[in-house]
Amino acid sequence: MVSPPFIYALLLLAAPMGAILLFSFWTQDFLTLDTTLTLNNYREFVEEPLYGVLLQRSLIIAAMVTLVTVVLAFPIAYFVSFHVAPERKSLWLFLITIPFWTSYLVRVFLWKVILGFNGVLNSGLLGLGLIDEPLTFILYNANAVVITLAHAFAPFAILPIFVALERIDRSLLEAGQDLGESRLMTFWRVTLPLATPGIVAAVLIVFIPTIGDYVTPRLVGGPNGLMIANMIQTQFLKLNNAPMGAALAVIAMVSVSVIALVFVWLNRKWLRVKQ
Amino acid sequence: MSLRAYAVAYLIFLYAPIFLLPLFAFNDSTIIAFPLSGFTTGWFTELTETPALHAAVKNSLFIAILTAIFSTLLGICAARAGAKYEFPAKRGILGLIMVPLVLPEIIVGVSLLVVVVNLLDWSLSSWTVIAAHVLICTPFSIAILNGAFQNMDASLEEAALDLGETPWSTFRLVTLPLVMPGIISSLLISFTISLDEFIIAFFLTGAEPTMPVYIWGLLRFPQKLPAVMALGTILVVASIIILTIAELMRRRGLKRAGLKDTGGFL
Repeated sequence: MVSPPFIYALLLLAAPMGAILLFSFWTQDFLTLDTTLTLNNYREFVEEPLYGVLLQRSLIIAAMVTLVTVVLAFPIAYFVSFHVAPERKSLWLFLITIPFWTSYLVRVFLWKVILGFNGVLNSGLLGLGLIDEPLTFILYNANAVVITLAHAFAPFAILPIFVALERIDRSLLEAGQDLGESRLMTFWRVTLPLATPGIVAAVLIVFIPTIGDYVTPRLVGGPNGLMIANMIQTQFLKLNNAPMGAALAVIAMVSVSVIALVFVWLNRKWLRVKQ
Repeated sequence: MSLRAYAVAYLIFLYAPIFLLPLFAFNDSTIIAFPLSGFTTGWFTELTETPALHAAVKNSLFIAILTAIFSTLLGICAARAGAKYEFPAKRGILGLIMVPLVLPEIIVGVSLLVVVVNLLDWSLSSWTVIAAHVLICTPFSIAILNGAFQNMDASLEEAALDLGETPWSTFRLVTLPLVMPGIISSLLISFTISLDEFIIAFFLTGAEPTMPVYIWGLLRFPQKLPAVMALGTILVVASIIILTIAELMRRRGLKRAGLKDTGGFL
């Protein structure tokens, strides 16, 4: 019964991942593919500073996006789980997920309209007299990428946290307060630790895919907001250097996986110490 | 209270781009900025007069319909197996199938590109896009269908078998009607994801672009932008309708299974 989807995943996921790993050890000179195994692509990555800059920037942006998204998402998940009547919870979740399913490209483009020099935000703030001249630090740089991606990944962060919060036995909170803890301390010592699995899931599900987005950096990032995925795309589609693109894809994947694993490991360790 | 105010502010943040979309779609100016100049439906008329767009939409609909069918079929297999059977390495196998949910999409795109173009030397077509879309939609189908299959009371199937039905007719007469709302919900969600997917399609699309790839091409031409806003408005309205149906189906499924509603799609 499970074999059709399993075989599909093996053929179209595992095998291509193996192929891209193999490919990253080959080289290509215009149209001729040289299948001798070599570390040249990885050497080029180390020697050409641009790649390192892009990777570092991508990881920093991905981390920023994750931080902003999860911090903004937590109160929403908490609100829906603790302050919304049970029969209205699914309506709230539905409202939260709708923007996420609709026309990704157009949504990203509209952030450009909102954040631009003559954009909605600037004209609004100027009209209200809150600023004297248009803000320029919000478009064509890393900030714009962070804002736009925090918007795009919002439901991915809210849903896992919501699920974790829903699982918390409400009597534990009453117990905390009965035993003389303040509401804030109950939140800090009961709710937050119990919500941690959801927060960890949210962090991973936002951080890992963010590294692979090339649309947002291209549309709102400007020259200093481009990320490693833009370079991977360029290598494959413009420079016709698939092996170098493959090597960059492998490096990007390995970097995010290592960071994700370290994060999970630190989390486990920290939690064990607390217990 | 302040938490509710924050929630409302957050919803405004989430919906800001979607609220702006119709404003510019009906605005009588080629510049996408405030102040608005006047009302027009001209941009929608322009859409009806663009044959290249119609071809892209048809292509995308073809891809999205097939993706929805295939990923839901695979989803049914996995959800059924996960709910009913024990087999070796169950967690690992189901885990692998769910991996595309967290994998950066560009990795799926380039790895299939390498296999299809560089190793197999096939040409790209709508089928390469379908293959990739099925891969990324299957986890969503499974997430939706898991709810339907795991909530089903196994004794209903046993009763049918005891009363002399064959396994196939049991599946058709008992199981299928119970999980049908989940199946429809899964079809609609996969359809929506595939229709909107750009990052992978950009790598794997052949000579005929999908709709998002076509839109991407338009974004470079400032005079085309109002038409893109009009197209975006239509897409937003269409996806809200589809998603509402999917959500109603999901709730009906839960009701049939006699369960309380606990949350959204994922």
